[in-house]
Amino acid sequence: MTYIAKPKFHHPGLKKNDLGYTHRDYEGKISTLCAGCGHDSITASIIEACYELSIEPHRVAKISGIGCSSKTPDYFLGNSHGFNSVHGRMPSVLTGANLANRDLIYLGVSGDGDSASIGFGQFAHSIRRGVNMTYIVENNGVYGLTKGQFSATADRGSKSKKGVTNTDNAIDLVAIALQLGATFVARSFSGDKTQLVPLIAAAIRHKGASFIDVISPCIAFNNHAGSTKSFDYVREHNDAVNRLDVLVGRDPIAVDYAPGTVQMVEQHDGSKIALRKIDADYDPHDRLGAQTFLARHAAKGQIVTGLLYVDPDAEDLHEHLNTVETPLNTLEADTLCPGSAVLDKINASLR
Amino acid sequence: MPDKKPISSVNDFVVRFANVNGSGSASANEMFARAILRHGVPVSPRNIFPSNIQGLPTWYEVRVTEDGHLGARGGVDMMVAMNPQTWDKDVAGIEPGGYLFYDSTKPMPSTKFRDDITVIGVPLTAITNSTYTDPRQRQLFKNIIYLGALSALLDMDPKLIEQLIGEQYKGKEKLLSSNVHALHLGRDWALQNLKCPIGLRVKKSDKVGDRIFIEGNSAAALGAVYGGATVCAWYPITPSSSVAEAFTAHCKKYRHDPETGKAKYAIVQGEDELASIGIVIGASWNGARAFTATSGPGISLMTEFIGLSYFAEIPAVIMNIQRAGPSTGMPTRTQQCDIIACAYASHGDTKHVLLFPEDPAEAFEFAAAAFDLAERIQTTIFLMLDLDIGMNHRLCRPLKWDDAKQYDRGKVMTSEMLDEGRDFGRYLDVDGDGIPYRTYPGTHPTKGSYFTRGTSRDRYARYSEEGSVYADNMQRLMRKFETAQDLVPRPLQANAERPTKYGVIYFGSTSPAMDEAIGLLEARGHQLDRLRIRAFPFHSSVASFLAEHDFVYVVEQNRDGQLRQLIVNENGIDPVRLVPIVHYDGSPITARFIAKAIGDHQDHLKVTPLRKAVS
Repeated sequence: MTYIAKPKFHHPGLKKNDLGYTHRDYEGKISTLCAGCGHDSITASIIEACYELSIEPHRVAKISGIGCSSKTPDYFLGNSHGFNSVHGRMPSVLTGANLANRDLIYLGVSGDGDSASIGFGQFAHSIRRGVNMTYIVENNGVYGLTKGQFSATADRGSKSKKGVTNTDNAIDLVAIALQLGATFVARSFSGDKTQLVPLIAAAIRHKGASFIDVISPCIAFNNHAGSTKSFDYVREHNDAVNRLDVLVGRDPIAVDYAPGTVQMVEQHDGSKIALRKIDADYDPHDRLGAQTFLARHAAKGQIVTGLLYVDPDAEDLHEHLNTVETPLNTLEADTLCPGSAVLDKINASLR
Repeated sequence: MPDKKPISSVNDFVVRFANVNGSGSASANEMFARAILRHGVPVSPRNIFPSNIQGLPTWYEVRVTEDGHLGARGGVDMMVAMNPQTWDKDVAGIEPGGYLFYDSTKPMPSTKFRDDITVIGVPLTAITNSTYTDPRQRQLFKNIIYLGALSALLDMDPKLIEQLIGEQYKGKEKLLSSNVHALHLGRDWALQNLKCPIGLRVKKSDKVGDRIFIEGNSAAALGAVYGGATVCAWYPITPSSSVAEAFTAHCKKYRHDPETGKAKYAIVQGEDELASIGIVIGASWNGARAFTATSGPGISLMTEFIGLSYFAEIPAVIMNIQRAGPSTGMPTRTQQCDIIACAYASHGDTKHVLLFPEDPAEAFEFAAAAFDLAERIQTTIFLMLDLDIGMNHRLCRPLKWDDAKQYDRGKVMTSEMLDEGRDFGRYLDVDGDGIPYRTYPGTHPTKGSYFTRGTSRDRYARYSEEGSVYADNMQRLMRKFETAQDLVPRPLQANAERPTKYGVIYFGSTSPAMDEAIGLLEARGHQLDRLRIRAFPFHSSVASFLAEHDFVYVVEQNRDGQLRQLIVNENGIDPVRLVPIVHYDGSPITARFIAKAIGDHQDHLKVTPLRKAVS
């Protein structure tokens, strides 16, 4: 794989937002993920949300862990600094970055392996601390880059591409985030831009720990025998010149449905997800109510999506630590160093 | 009368207190050490404590040393035996002719003593119980009562102790007067019932000068305040926790905005060492000066991030307060055992900068310098302390700061520089020193952004798996490490009076014991040139020193001679010429140990001592 530059030219009549930026100004490099990957749809939604919010693109810091999802910050906001850090450790890196400069917008992008397995602890503690961030988990229930092992969000009883049945209980990150005190909790589906874009925009606007779990189908390791787009089918019709796994791209799943209904969405592999849109009278300010609602629907095999909880008056870590308004990374010796006169006094007290 | 002449010594002896952890003895013992300092006599105290909060044995050793030998000496001239659990071992450890001080309230069988020592019994419990009724008071004041008795036995000036009590309980009159009362209870009993003073005596002197008495961890934390650290993330681990605690205390005093009361720092107690170093890396990536403090097990956990810091070139400062490993090892005992682990931390080809302060003064200085170095070299800087320096009060020169000093923020490309059209390649070596420019996130709307990653990339931070691109980057990193040689503190050399073929290399907390050992060795006729290494990568003077000597002893506090391995590895020299002198039982190395080990080796080489040759 090599680096792919994206051409910069665009139509002169392209629409501009309040700051005069076009959609293209929020784009990044060309994605190297599988064509049709749900993650690319999330990337598109992030671009859309930032464009609509008229955020200065370079005032966002994009931080990720390791995995397919964690590569995506390279594919949006090309004029922002990004940090593809260490597997499962995005939350700590983001926390540190946030402490250094409270004036930037922090976008944490992670996956289900990154956040629910290796980084479960860091996920939990960054939420607990109330770091001002938008924490997005691109959740496909599978380890894509290492070719299809179950992740901790895979449902019990589900089958892997190799036919193995998952016997471990699933972790619902949304339920955990609610329990840990996240002040903005939402779930969405990568194919549902109508729902996702406003959720991301609202999360960015929220001060405090915002968490969005985005169900994002893996087209590579979520297909099944019998499909004409399956691995075996492609191999049989492929004139192989070397040993490669070839995947056929398809359009990202698109879904749009009315509030208050349950919709069954068929994934690429033919499995079904029941999506329940939150009722119009749902109270998103009731943490306990959200937890009950979530549990009740999970028991019925339904995945609740939408904004589940928000505390509009939340405090963030900087408030807990009572830090100065000026970003810490701009402070210099004149304000940080107590100087030699103070040191002389310290010396005197140590005799 | 003992059948060995009692030791007679003024201002040169070792007192060891054997206590039970959690009995409140620590402050009385520390006051004893400080009181001797107030006599103008240098002391070197050491806590020898268990990994426990209450109940297990603990010792506090005070070396009284007019000559200023601050290393551990070995041996005990006077044992203050307050712990029945360790009585037999404590009594056995007294030097022949030494003194045993004990609580004589309960009679002890004669078999519990020795014939060759002076036994001094003071009915501490009886005195305490007849004066105090509250159990907690009885326990605490018993410590002050033995301090009073000792002051009489050792001929100390009680006024100096009263002065210390006055400073400690300033504004708490009730505590102040009751402590002074307890002091005199013990002192008066001793004066009335015992022969005072004994052979060990403290006599007023003027050998302390303007030196200060401070723990290395506190000094390092103060160095971080002066060095401009704004973010500290840490996870509690002995013996490093007091670094972060001291940093918190210092910041509360010196880092709040006088008008708004807001903090010009952020301290986070992480959920583990992984989070701590992650926070440090994130903060440093974003342009703040950040550090963590930890010990061996924490280093093991942090290694993946340390590799990222090396490869993605993100500044970080890690203070490693070393303790005896491997694994949990001896958490409350000292060693210099993480040299290799830190020098080459992480998978893949990595090398890291290590600083080796010898005492709290250098810990302060190097801690502050570490932040300049981290930002200049854009990599992890390890401040390699150990428990011996970190958790003991050490007499050292006063801390100094030059007010004209500005922080060296390293090569940072600003918005203005980008607008001037400067070519920005995050991993582009524009100056030939291997150090590229970086930009802080949020610098410029259209220029200077890049994607930081642990994967291979080209000079412009673009992902690449091309072999030549990867190799180009690895070579530049090597070049950068070579540049670091001239930026880090240089070794200090001290030559013997006469030219010699023999040298000795040492570092860190070994310093005071080494200085003292040189005197002992010279007395035996052995001349040695000394080189104190203060940093890795090694300056070229290390190679010169090796070339100038037939044999070089490398003195260190670990089993495997880790610094020696590093020297051999990095200088490609014949290992036979480097003789390991290793001490690794968890106690601080002593001059006696070094002098014996080197002396024996010299004898083995059949060296004719210079003194004999000329006589």
